Amino acid sequence: MPTTARRRPPRGRRPALGPYLLVAPAVLGMLYLLLYPFGRALLISLQDFRLRELIRGHAEFVGLRNYQTLLGDPRFWEVVRRTFLFMAVNVLAIMILSTLVALMIERLGRTGRAVVLSSLVLVWAVPVVAATTVFQWLFHSEFGIVNETLTDLGLTSFEGHTWFADGGSAFTILVVLVVWQSVPFAAITLYSALTTVPAELYESARLDGAGAARVFRSVTFPLVRPIFMLVVSLEVIWTFKAFVQIWVMTRGGPGDATTILPVYAVQTALASQRYDLGSAASMVTVLLMSGVLVLYFRQLFRQEGEHL
Amino acid sequence: MTTTRGPAPRRALRGLPLRLAAALTVTLCLFPVYWMVTSAFRPSRDLQSYEPRLIPDAWTFDHFRTAVQADGFALFWRNSVLVTLGAVLLSLVVALGAAYAVARLRWRGRRAFMLAVFIAQMAPWESLVIPVYIISRDTGMLDRLPTLTLVYFMITLPFTVVVLRGFLAGIPPELEEAAQVDGCTRVGAFRRIAFPLLAPGLMATSLFGFITAWNEFTFANFLIIKQQDNRTLPVWLSSFQTTFGTDWGATMAASTLFALPALVVFLALQRHVTSGLTAGGVKG
Repeated sequence: MPTTARRRPPRGRRPALGPYLLVAPAVLGMLYLLLYPFGRALLISLQDFRLRELIRGHAEFVGLRNYQTLLGDPRFWEVVRRTFLFMAVNVLAIMILSTLVALMIERLGRTGRAVVLSSLVLVWAVPVVAATTVFQWLFHSEFGIVNETLTDLGLTSFEGHTWFADGGSAFTILVVLVVWQSVPFAAITLYSALTTVPAELYESARLDGAGAARVFRSVTFPLVRPIFMLVVSLEVIWTFKAFVQIWVMTRGGPGDATTILPVYAVQTALASQRYDLGSAASMVTVLLMSGVLVLYFRQLFRQEGEHL
Repeated sequence: MTTTRGPAPRRALRGLPLRLAAALTVTLCLFPVYWMVTSAFRPSRDLQSYEPRLIPDAWTFDHFRTAVQADGFALFWRNSVLVTLGAVLLSLVVALGAAYAVARLRWRGRRAFMLAVFIAQMAPWESLVIPVYIISRDTGMLDRLPTLTLVYFMITLPFTVVVLRGFLAGIPPELEEAAQVDGCTRVGAFRRIAFPLLAPGLMATSLFGFITAWNEFTFANFLIIKQQDNRTLPVWLSSFQTTFGTDWGATMAASTLFALPALVVFLALQRHVTSGLTAGGVKG
């Protein structure tokens, strides 16, 4: 539903207090439930806050010591590197696959389109924990269908392969899971963007003798670019803070092989009871992600700024 | 893919890769779901076979019985429903007011408010687990279901405001103005004219809220610790395997029962969802 016309709120008599009363619950909610916890997290990251302080209170301020500890830890940098790797691999796979799927849906007939869209929506609706559990079952070392199929295909080395004991393969399964869960949203969004491209543009491009790849590069992509960039930013953010899949499936293991920043923060805070270091890790995560946010907002305001 | 339009047979042949790709996409999408559901119906000997069959040769309800009779299943189901409904209703009511104020009224700070909502929409709320844990503990709200309701309200509110604003902006204010000219109050005009038109938007956002809250694991896992009776389904499901050892049939049955409401609701309303998300979520 594109809002082409610029909607001005009606002028004239209006209660001066009305709008503020209407937004007050939302503002209070966000202040208390988002901003205040965020402030607390920031404070904790500047304090010496362990189990003792959690129980007794009276935490001492230590300045940036937690950040120094964190940034001086080679394991932390390993986690940061892995977070970016995880994000890059996921986002790349998600964007390539969902663009292909979106282009495919556009070319399908009515029935085929309905079938593909419905199955995408179905995947989208499977709760994360349920999907994660299912993937554990699919990749079960003895009774999993994946090992069975690979063995049947002649890859006998996969017989009884323990996917979750090996860092590389645990990482791979998590990527497959996240991609499987993320493609539906991205593909449906990109498809709905594609439907807004006027058909005449394609026809004139084809009359000019452009091939499919050329049409995509010169006609389709520039027009869906804003939505494409938006989806990229969202996927970057979502994969950056992927937590549930990893926590439920591997808890970051084996070893550290699937530990990315959010998992690291929770491990540090709740397992080692270093709430201060955990908060500092969360703050660094937020900082790194706000780099992405800046891109997102620039994109958003280019599109939406006039409607606000 | 060539661009020349050939005679019919060649065109049909050209459609073949496309259909294969579509079939592959559908298979890859649905196979895990299919495997989850059929595993839940497979007899244990079939599950623990080294040659899993694509189509089970026998069907059983045993695993569903195990899952439903498992400790606290009904209780956790009830907890999830209560928390989810509470959060969805709360965020719909609060967001509707805010969305109306932003889309229909002019006031100082409107732009700043929307900017704050946009930022909040992107907030990495997982990183708030530790402070929310501490705040809940200090206010005696740890281990209680209303805490989860409030947290899910926080998670869904920004999205709901953004999408509802998008829908409201799409409804011409002139319609309400005309009703006001005809003697309706501002509230009456909204209720009679804009509210019915807003139905798809309300549906899309409540569905999103439903899925988010129904799914949520992190806060449910770390805020409900001592009162095990107050756990929700996702947490229960994740601990299912350890509770039941390697009962994969029961685990898959539990997963199916857990996913079912989301799947049914989502499929029933998918048109509203997809159009709703593109209207509000992405474009503004």
